[in-house]
Amino acid sequence: MNDLTPTREQRQAALEGLGCRRKRVEDIRFTQGKGNYVDDVKLPGMLHGDFVRSPHAHARVKAIRTEEALKVPGVLAVITAETLKTVNLAWMPTLAGDVQMVLADGKVLFQNQEVAFVVATDRYAADDGVAKVEVEYEPLPPLMDPFKAMAPDAPVLREDLAGKTTGAHGPRKHHNHIFEWTVGDKEPTDAAFRKADVTIKEMISYHRTHPSPLETCQCVCSFDKVKGELTIWGTFQAPHVIRTVVALIAKLPEQKIHVISPDIGGGFGNKVGAYPGYICAAVASIVTGKPVKWVEDRIENLTATAFARDYHMTTEIAATRDGKVTGLRVHVLADHGGFDACADPSKWPAGFFNIVTGSYDFPVAHLTVDGVYTNKAPGGVAYRCSFRVTEAAYCIERAMDILAQKLDMDPAELRLKNFVKPEQFPYHSALGWEYDSGDYATAMKKAMESVKYAELRKEQAEKRAAFKRGETREIMGIGVSFFTEIVGAGPSKNCDILGIAMFDSCEIRLHPTGAGIARMGTKSQGQGHETTWAQIIASEIGIPADNIMVEEGNTDTAPYGLGTYGSRSTPVAGAAIAMAARKIKAKAQMIAAYKLEVHEDDLEWDIDGFRVKGLPEKFMSMKDICWAAYNSVPPGMEPGLEAVSYYDPPNMTYPFGAYICVMDIDVETGAYKVRRFYALDDCGTRINPMIIEGQVHGGLTEAFAIAMGQEIRYDDAGNVVTGSFMDFFMPTAVETPRWETDFTVTPSPHHPIGAKGVGESPNVGGVPAFSNAVNDAFSFLGSTHIQMPHDTWRNWKAAKSLGVFAA
Amino acid sequence: MAKTHITMKVNGAEVEGLAEPRMLLVHFLRETLQLTGTHIGCETTHCGACTVDLDGKSVKSCTVFAVQADGSEITTVEGMANADGTLSALQEGFRMMHGLQCGFCTPGMIMRAHRLLKENPTPSEAEIRSGISGNLCRCTGYQNIVKAIQYASAKINGTEFVEAAE
Amino acid sequence: MIPGSFSYHRPTTVADAVKLLASLGEEARPLAGGHSLVPMMKLRLATPEHLVDLGRIASLKGIRRQGDRLEIGAMTTQHELLASKEVADAVPILHEAALLIADPQVRYLGTIGGNVANGDPGNDLPAIMMALSASYTLTGAKGSREVAARDFYQGAYFTALEPGELLTAVSIPVPPTGHGYAYEKLKRKVGDYATAAAAVVLTKKGGVVENCAITLTNLAETALFAEAAAKAVIGTRLEPAALNAAAAAAQAVMSPASDARGPAEYRKHVGGVMVTRALTRAAARAT
Repeated sequence: MNDLTPTREQRQAALEGLGCRRKRVEDIRFTQGKGNYVDDVKLPGMLHGDFVRSPHAHARVKAIRTEEALKVPGVLAVITAETLKTVNLAWMPTLAGDVQMVLADGKVLFQNQEVAFVVATDRYAADDGVAKVEVEYEPLPPLMDPFKAMAPDAPVLREDLAGKTTGAHGPRKHHNHIFEWTVGDKEPTDAAFRKADVTIKEMISYHRTHPSPLETCQCVCSFDKVKGELTIWGTFQAPHVIRTVVALIAKLPEQKIHVISPDIGGGFGNKVGAYPGYICAAVASIVTGKPVKWVEDRIENLTATAFARDYHMTTEIAATRDGKVTGLRVHVLADHGGFDACADPSKWPAGFFNIVTGSYDFPVAHLTVDGVYTNKAPGGVAYRCSFRVTEAAYCIERAMDILAQKLDMDPAELRLKNFVKPEQFPYHSALGWEYDSGDYATAMKKAMESVKYAELRKEQAEKRAAFKRGETREIMGIGVSFFTEIVGAGPSKNCDILGIAMFDSCEIRLHPTGAGIARMGTKSQGQGHETTWAQIIASEIGIPADNIMVEEGNTDTAPYGLGTYGSRSTPVAGAAIAMAARKIKAKAQMIAAYKLEVHEDDLEWDIDGFRVKGLPEKFMSMKDICWAAYNSVPPGMEPGLEAVSYYDPPNMTYPFGAYICVMDIDVETGAYKVRRFYALDDCGTRINPMIIEGQVHGGLTEAFAIAMGQEIRYDDAGNVVTGSFMDFFMPTAVETPRWETDFTVTPSPHHPIGAKGVGESPNVGGVPAFSNAVNDAFSFLGSTHIQMPHDTWRNWKAAKSLGVFAA
Repeated sequence: MAKTHITMKVNGAEVEGLAEPRMLLVHFLRETLQLTGTHIGCETTHCGACTVDLDGKSVKSCTVFAVQADGSEITTVEGMANADGTLSALQEGFRMMHGLQCGFCTPGMIMRAHRLLKENPTPSEAEIRSGISGNLCRCTGYQNIVKAIQYASAKINGTEFVEAAE
Repeated sequence: MIPGSFSYHRPTTVADAVKLLASLGEEARPLAGGHSLVPMMKLRLATPEHLVDLGRIASLKGIRRQGDRLEIGAMTTQHELLASKEVADAVPILHEAALLIADPQVRYLGTIGGNVANGDPGNDLPAIMMALSASYTLTGAKGSREVAARDFYQGAYFTALEPGELLTAVSIPVPPTGHGYAYEKLKRKVGDYATAAAAVVLTKKGGVVENCAITLTNLAETALFAEAAAKAVIGTRLEPAALNAAAAAAQAVMSPASDARGPAEYRKHVGGVMVTRALTRAAARAT
């Protein structure tokens, strides 16, 4: 040992492992414009495809005339449902057990539904071709109101389901009914309500919105006629699933399908399922033998790809008069649009909405969800929703505030009174989940102290009095949100996607010089996996993160995985990474023992190598072990140093958080100002705090937009009113508030490194915080529940209905 | 429609190509010149992902025809690195401050920030937010982008960078 | 997102531009900054067969003080307006309004001529020009004529421009030193058109309002000159009663569309609020 010997701290720091604010590997290429996104892919002879779309929400397609389009220079073909029928691809299966038209087959069910696919030599000619296709429609009455979907005289939308009284999820009650999903205990719950001191009941709507990643959905399909192989570059959050789906529906051998997700410009759940554009481009490529690129534009993305939410939740809570909750009863009307294309795990038609008991110890609960068809775009599960957890969290957090108001209790106090306690973990919720770990009261109190909650309430009381005296036209709201969410889908006993269990995977191979390559079944769209996955490996096996190359997205080389969405990557793939690393470490230990001429049990792990217990100078670094693995392994052992792990998680993980929003609203204009937003997140072990903070900033910004006006709205005739960035609220840096982030750490007891997911939490917890703030601002004037979104004009209308402008 | 021959200087190099009048500048850059760093995120001139620096102006290249840019001098994100290949102050700032996640808005943000810092070398936070209000981001919530630009401003001006508290 | 095909012309003089427009007829559109026209072309809502690019016509640029008037070439961009000390000193309401137009990139190319000549009820500068009693130079094959901004707007996208005429310059009488001004614009976000906006230019004498012009943006098919609203405050000290009377008089001439920015009744209400806030700010600035 001498002055040049690095200290333990220096050796630890050199790894840039767990907990390090490691700068991102991805940024080197992204900041230089050297990312490789789908639209950057350019192949010789590549053609372009573009869609003719329906202007009507509901109509018969009487005729499609393509003669004029085919005369446009550069246009080669116009594909319709009739073309696709010849290869049995006019319809495709959805992830929710329904079927969906790829191209209009006799009728259309939502505005901008795909009707025909024009294939041309370049995107300009394709656009010209689209303008020249003539379609004859016979409009039909549109069904836009989900509450009228099951009326006896409601229009028939799905003629293809005529006579089918059962669907993928059980019996259907009506021609526009999709499923009924029930969880919980009806009798005990009804009993709790009958004998309750206090009950509240409110219809809480979570409006339709859209994840709108900055890069739209796109693909390049290239069929090699000689080899019979199809290569697809695409915006796929789950590339392996896409490959298996294509194999099943196109009846191509799976080993001859190469799916590649290159860099993806944001996913947020918009890029999980298969879209008509992918199918049509693939068919066009198979038919022409040339690569075909499909790139949708923004209006197409907003109006035809997977939307989010559209849940109408009639919510009831039963409680004692001193504020202890005794029962929860929720009925949800779920608007699924024209096809049920929800990207849920198979057995979960309403995702994990049954997390709706939230952070509170409800002894009994009962939930029913009815899904219905309407003349809107299909989708539903997207936008950091964790499979309907955003809806569930909004439902319970709003309802708890309504209960607090009825009880004349402070909303934070009501929550503290009803939290699941630390000693109750693992906690079995009344709707069937086993929460792994949590320390809610600590987080809540930390949040309240950080924002000086008591002083805020005092200020609010003074402002309310001043308002009533006519001294100010500004009202102040404090929005509290304490969410528990469920991520990490999922255990094979609960979760599958079209029959494939929701494990995930990692393979690691170390090279002789102490470097390595690792591949996983997940696919980052901005979450920084190239950076964070290497951090896990670095901490587990003592090789610096900089020496580990991480690859995702190429289905030929990456082990099978279910992709990245629903904050599942860290809980599932992160575990697989640790497990694979530990297999390598076990072999490394044997090599080290052999080289150091001791028994394995005489060795202990020390940051970046093995040391003989009691003989500190006898040490073998992992770097040296890598070299030894290629030339001097113990007799009988295979050379090399690599491992694969496929991890089937034993449970989901349950991150939680405490968010507090302070908002001021000018009743004259309805304009609002977010004065302060504090977000405390507990996601267990924190791999890279810098990246966690970034995820929280981004998710809160989405939540802000959603709560304050971002909606996909239809008029009565079925036209999308908010179909472009003109009216679909996308806040700029000026409108977006500053975020204060904080954390506690309550590790997951079942996860190899104690980590939970975090990406979706800010959207899950954020929307209730904003909405509760607006509702809290108005409540002293007499309101109980003001529906989202809280645009300025809606705030003004709320003020007006509360008599604020009475002369 | 007949194509016109156009010439311009892009990232310091004289380039030329054929463009029909309706060809958008962003397509000329991405497809004719193979500079795919500049991205397209919308078709209504809102998102700013296509922002380039044209004759000293921040311009949304999706709303300009290539023929209008005949004879112009353009810088795209590919032209931002230093001559020795090291990252420019802005590129470094975006990396150091985690001002990007998916990277799709980043080229447009960097090109806009580049011109913003020339308009105003020491912008306040409010001036930065207003200065990038023509660029949308879905991933970062802008907070770290502001820090990235502050970092770059300090580096360019040779002053000390103090990272704002979270 | 691809425009239809067109032929592209790039004259270097106004005379050539006007000759081109005359010969090419109604399938020709002038191209100024392009940030109203090109987005419409990309959605194929506008499909001109010819574009006459005004970008290389030097005589259409420039900001010049001529006596008590400020003369601005139609192709002057909003960015150039904002960079101009002349504008900031002599006509500060124009500076204030330009900052509220669109976003930084759009302002680099968007022109004053485009913003005032389109007849788009959402554009900000028509109301500013009406408040300032500005006039426009319209040039066609038969020569030039002046039209007052207050007489220029006839309906949504309908103006006094005859076919083949170009708006080539804006002439603004410089408001007196010590005048008060304000442009109060409520919008959903940066880059959006006004939900409601009001411009006020006024002078005070001894604390009493002597002259006043009040105009409104995006609250009808055209920008509005709210004459009765201004009369309601002239001779007053802008007491609450006067402010309310002005707001009510302004609301009486508003007929806003119900759209994603809000229902008509909301936009009328906030239109009134914009008037009172603009009056209050303008008065505070006036000496």
